Amino acid sequence: MSEAAPESLGSEKAHLLEVDSLVKEFGLRRGLAERIARKEVAPHRAVDDVSFTLNRSEILGIAGGSGSGKTTLARCLIRLIEPDGGAVRVDGVDIRAHKGAELRELRRRMQMVFQDPYASLNPRMTIGAALHEAGKVHDRPGAENEQAFVSRLLGLVQLTDRIASRKPRELSGGQRQRVSIARALAVDPELIIADEAVSALDVSVQAQLLNLFLDLREELGVAILFISHQLAVIAEVADRIAVMQYGRIVETGPTHTVFAHPEHEYTQALLAAHPHPDPRMRIAAS
Amino acid sequence: MSSLLEIEALRIEFPGEEGPLVAVKGVDLALDEGEVVGLVGESGSGKSLTCRAVMRMVPEPGSISAGTVRFDGQDVMAMGRGQLRDFRAHSVGMIYQNPFGSLNPVLRVGAQIAETLRVNRGRSSKAAKAEAIALLDRVGIEDPERRYRAYPHELSGGMCQRVMIAISTASSPRLMLADEPTTALDVTTQAQILELLGTMRAEEGMAMLLVSHDFGVIAQACDRVAVMYGGHIVETGPVETIYHEPEHPYTRALLNSVPELDSAGNVKRRAALAGHPPELSEVIPGCVFAPRCEHVQPGCDQVPMKLMPVGPDHHSACPVRPFAGTGARTTGRGGAAADAERIEA
Repeated sequence: MSEAAPESLGSEKAHLLEVDSLVKEFGLRRGLAERIARKEVAPHRAVDDVSFTLNRSEILGIAGGSGSGKTTLARCLIRLIEPDGGAVRVDGVDIRAHKGAELRELRRRMQMVFQDPYASLNPRMTIGAALHEAGKVHDRPGAENEQAFVSRLLGLVQLTDRIASRKPRELSGGQRQRVSIARALAVDPELIIADEAVSALDVSVQAQLLNLFLDLREELGVAILFISHQLAVIAEVADRIAVMQYGRIVETGPTHTVFAHPEHEYTQALLAAHPHPDPRMRIAAS
Repeated sequence: MSSLLEIEALRIEFPGEEGPLVAVKGVDLALDEGEVVGLVGESGSGKSLTCRAVMRMVPEPGSISAGTVRFDGQDVMAMGRGQLRDFRAHSVGMIYQNPFGSLNPVLRVGAQIAETLRVNRGRSSKAAKAEAIALLDRVGIEDPERRYRAYPHELSGGMCQRVMIAISTASSPRLMLADEPTTALDVTTQAQILELLGTMRAEEGMAMLLVSHDFGVIAQACDRVAVMYGGHIVETGPVETIYHEPEHPYTRALLNSVPELDSAGNVKRRAALAGHPPELSEVIPGCVFAPRCEHVQPGCDQVPMKLMPVGPDHHSACPVRPFAGTGARTTGRGGAAADAERIEA
């Protein structure tokens, strides 16, 4: 595993996010065969000694197949899942060493956007109320004026103010995902963890959302951890990429370097399997 | 010149509070023997429904309200129960996006393949088992004797999809309907399944209707492609022509939205299509794409959605033809050469 430090867009300051030898294990229930054979089953390491850093305003793509540990990693970063070892530091502060109000403040700085916006929005709340609530809970400046607060957020994600009075089910998939992003932005995060945030969307809407992520990075300076199983989607937005397999980061570096000269065989396999939209680039049948 | 499958003026409706909601609005599509045709489009475009209509399996409460489906000259719409059952059992196979959902979770996969062979092909139990194991082997499942006894939950998604392919090809159908067969799978598994379908097609001469939202998948497998939008086919032609010289503004916009590996290290915004695909309840007069089209002209709300020839075996429903004579689509950035290098490397 080679970290491409010289090429990252770093200042001399501490990294926004530093992940150091993070480990998460899940105990496996023994199957019938193993129980009969009285076999011990080693715990499954979903995240296995993962280290990386992320700078301010940087977009880091995390790629990998299903079961590679991408999502578990994301959840460990904000302690939605408790890691078993290692450290996650935000501006040098270890989030595993804190609890209560301090943890809440750390979590405010890292917001998550999930794949299914329908599941992450309260169906009974209007969009305006949902956005305002997030701001109120974290006491954000400006949250005392609900209308202005909501309007600014909707503007950031390029939605009109009319959306504020709607319920989630009245919106299209793309609009709902914009609302999820707006809700993440409501608490002024420094890092957005986007876990397959565009995977369920149609390609035309997906392209809009990818542009939105790029706009937000530019306008707000927010860093984005962009998790996707689609390498091409990562190619569209990420400055750097980390490829995961079996819970480990097997390769990392600037996106163009990794894509042009993949070193690890898993990265090579992923790239070779990419279905190119140009029929002349068919994967040769082996 | 009769085709293996001919769909004409297909119309599929769902009951709505204020009159029927029309999901498929007059689709014409033909497949020749051994041909692989892709149906590509975004959600709600009607591509899956069109595919299901071939077997008259439109989900309730939807129904085929008009149009004909002919398979090898036979009118599928006019078939009685027994005939339809025979047709579904012997002539067509179908695989879906979610292979777990298509397999019975409490039966061993081998038993499910053997059942198909017993019921559809009249095999004895013993012969069915031997043949099922041979089928598992053919779809690339290692150690088929052991996998024969596995339950679906013991297999990966890719393996379940292979089992589904084994079941649906058990009776050597002449047509395979594949509805997003690789969407739920990892990219490496996807490549394997596409390769397997390609092999089956080469060996069996089986025609295939492949439904996908992913033009990459379509490009990998298809000879011809039909692009659907808002319940209509807006463009159809050979897959190379559609990719390199799309005529319909929607096809162009769709292709320009497809994320590409070439973008790596050259992060810039794509000219994304504004808005979103039409909802079922939206009734758009004239061209269904007009509200999102950047080449829209005054008469566009009155033109009929009708495919017109624009080149050899190439049809488009756009009478404006804003790209006629402009030649190949410029494919964003990077260029194909760099990518070709990578694939060969």
